[in-house]
Amino acid sequence: MSGQYAIESHNLTRRFGTVTAVDHVSLKIPRAQIYGFLGPNGSGKSTTIRMLCGLLQPSEGTAQVLHHQVPRDAEKLRHKLGYMTQRFSLYEDLTVRENLKFIADVYALPAARRKHRIDAVLSRYRLDDRANQRAGYLSGGQRQRLALAAAILHEPELLLLDEPTSAVDPQSRRDFWESLFELVDAGATILVSTHYMDEAERCHRLAILDDGQVVAEGTPKELIDTIDATVLEIEATDLRRARRVLDSHPFVKSVAQLGSRLHALLDQDTTEPISRIHSAFDQAGIEAKIEAATATLEDVFVAATTFARA
Amino acid sequence: MSQALTRMMAIAGKEFRQLRRDRLSFGMIVGIPLLQMILFGYAINLDVRHLSAGVVDYADTWLSRNRVAAAVATQVIDLTHRAASPAELEILLRRGEIAVGIYIPPDFDRRIRERERSAAQLLIDGSDPTIEGIARQLTQLPVAQRAGANTVSGSAPVFAVRTYYNPERRSAVQIVPGLIGVILNLTMVLFTAIAIVRERERGNLELLITTPVRTPELMIGKIAPYILIGLVQVTLILLAGAWWFGVPIRGSVTHLYAAALLFIAANLALGLLISTLAKTQFQAMQLTFFVFLPSLLLSGFMFPFAGMPSIAQSIAEIFPLTHFMRLVRGILLRGADLGELVSEMYALSAFFLIMMTLAILRFRKRLD
Repeated sequence: MSGQYAIESHNLTRRFGTVTAVDHVSLKIPRAQIYGFLGPNGSGKSTTIRMLCGLLQPSEGTAQVLHHQVPRDAEKLRHKLGYMTQRFSLYEDLTVRENLKFIADVYALPAARRKHRIDAVLSRYRLDDRANQRAGYLSGGQRQRLALAAAILHEPELLLLDEPTSAVDPQSRRDFWESLFELVDAGATILVSTHYMDEAERCHRLAILDDGQVVAEGTPKELIDTIDATVLEIEATDLRRARRVLDSHPFVKSVAQLGSRLHALLDQDTTEPISRIHSAFDQAGIEAKIEAATATLEDVFVAATTFARA
Repeated sequence: MSQALTRMMAIAGKEFRQLRRDRLSFGMIVGIPLLQMILFGYAINLDVRHLSAGVVDYADTWLSRNRVAAAVATQVIDLTHRAASPAELEILLRRGEIAVGIYIPPDFDRRIRERERSAAQLLIDGSDPTIEGIARQLTQLPVAQRAGANTVSGSAPVFAVRTYYNPERRSAVQIVPGLIGVILNLTMVLFTAIAIVRERERGNLELLITTPVRTPELMIGKIAPYILIGLVQVTLILLAGAWWFGVPIRGSVTHLYAAALLFIAANLALGLLISTLAKTQFQAMQLTFFVFLPSLLLSGFMFPFAGMPSIAQSIAEIFPLTHFMRLVRGILLRGADLGELVSEMYALSAFFLIMMTLAILRFRKRLD
């Protein structure tokens, strides 16, 4: 039955000296979907991706990538795998076309297919008019399109993208995600790490990583529906004082200001949360309007990453 | 197999293209040999002249003045200071204002006549090894011949010297062939060491190792362009040496290039090994000089190999430069062929194979 999964990891762990960067990560990543790693910097996203493509040796645990054991059989995976590094890693002193030709040769694409593929990605990623420009002179968005073009030039089954949109503007990010869905429609599996909520929401499934551990996993909808918190929105006359009152109550786990409102996450087990907060505000002489709100993915993220630590 | 070739060619081609666009590196390929050539060819002259000298002449006779004039006439020394006492000479010597001090005692004429003791004294700055050797030449000066007088004439020497291969004893002829080795040694090791470390620093390697490129393909593809560059450098030095300094090519040019090719390969393999040890380009440069300096000093390029203690000689035998120095001097100046120098070729091959194996074993297609 392992056929439905592109990646299966079991207790994957990586330690650097005394620091555990990835701590017993077990995942099943289905084929032909976009799977997201959501987590703050240093949560182990990059290290996990690097172990999955055989760049780093796990300290513990195993991983099967497209039925190959990594890192033992990582070499057999090379033709099926595309990897886009967090930092731009093509050659800045070569032109766009030279970079693509180099990658095509390194994957030993036959001459006819090479030409066809290079022309195809150049036009798909709107790089035709930049083809003879050096990669070092491209804008952030163009570089990212070039990096993606290079990663998919050999039409890999599995694409690993390590924070691909960290240096590009919102419009480029939208375009980028459109092209990811195209690739998935064509049958590719994509694993993408991000720290943007809106990107995480676009994934078919995602894992929230914190401190090297998977703290939540599922589809975005599942994660929102099963959030381990009560979400309230509060409108009050004096937001700063209201916030101080909320912070003084231990059942209030997190408060964030959204314009003229406060967005609060409360312990799931709090009984009658609205009336409890009302009475707290009355004591402090604050007038407020309080109503239950639907959770967002950001709430899920905050709940999963901060509640566990508390 | 053809895929492996495609990948190697891709890497070599990319490397070449990058090099062509890196004006500074490209300039160094031509600039380093030419600059070194001018420096070593003109500035370094083993035939030392014009050492500054001071004299104390207590005798102040015709004979003593004649002796000093004869010493100056050799052009080995220039008389720059006159001192009042030997103590003053010592001060001048210590300050580095003179390299040679001449002390002529009051009884100089009598000493010359009796020939029992040395007539005068030379004070020599022994802190510079070459000065000492050169200044000693002054002691060989024939004893003065007073016009018409019957002073002693020197007897004929036991040995008459005939200098083979470089009869005029021109320094350039001795230095330029060795310079080929020195320049190749420095540039080849440095270029390859930096070439791979640079990819690591810029993040290119992280991408490259997730591709199907195999380690030996990467290594060979990386060094191939530099072999060509090395051969260009050899040609440049040979031509410049022949035109400017009249350095002869007495042996077979083919044999010379064969030896150079093996020497280049040995240095590139060493550069690759360094690149697997260094994390930054700066470290790669430091490691290169860490190896280059002993290799230069022990190779026999600057200091005579025969004069080294046996332990230094054994260490020198490890370095490719030592063997190439013998090969290039043998082929260029003595007209020897490779058959006569085959043991040096074996030594270079062994060095290449060992370094290449170590480099491939050390290079992991991983980041940790």
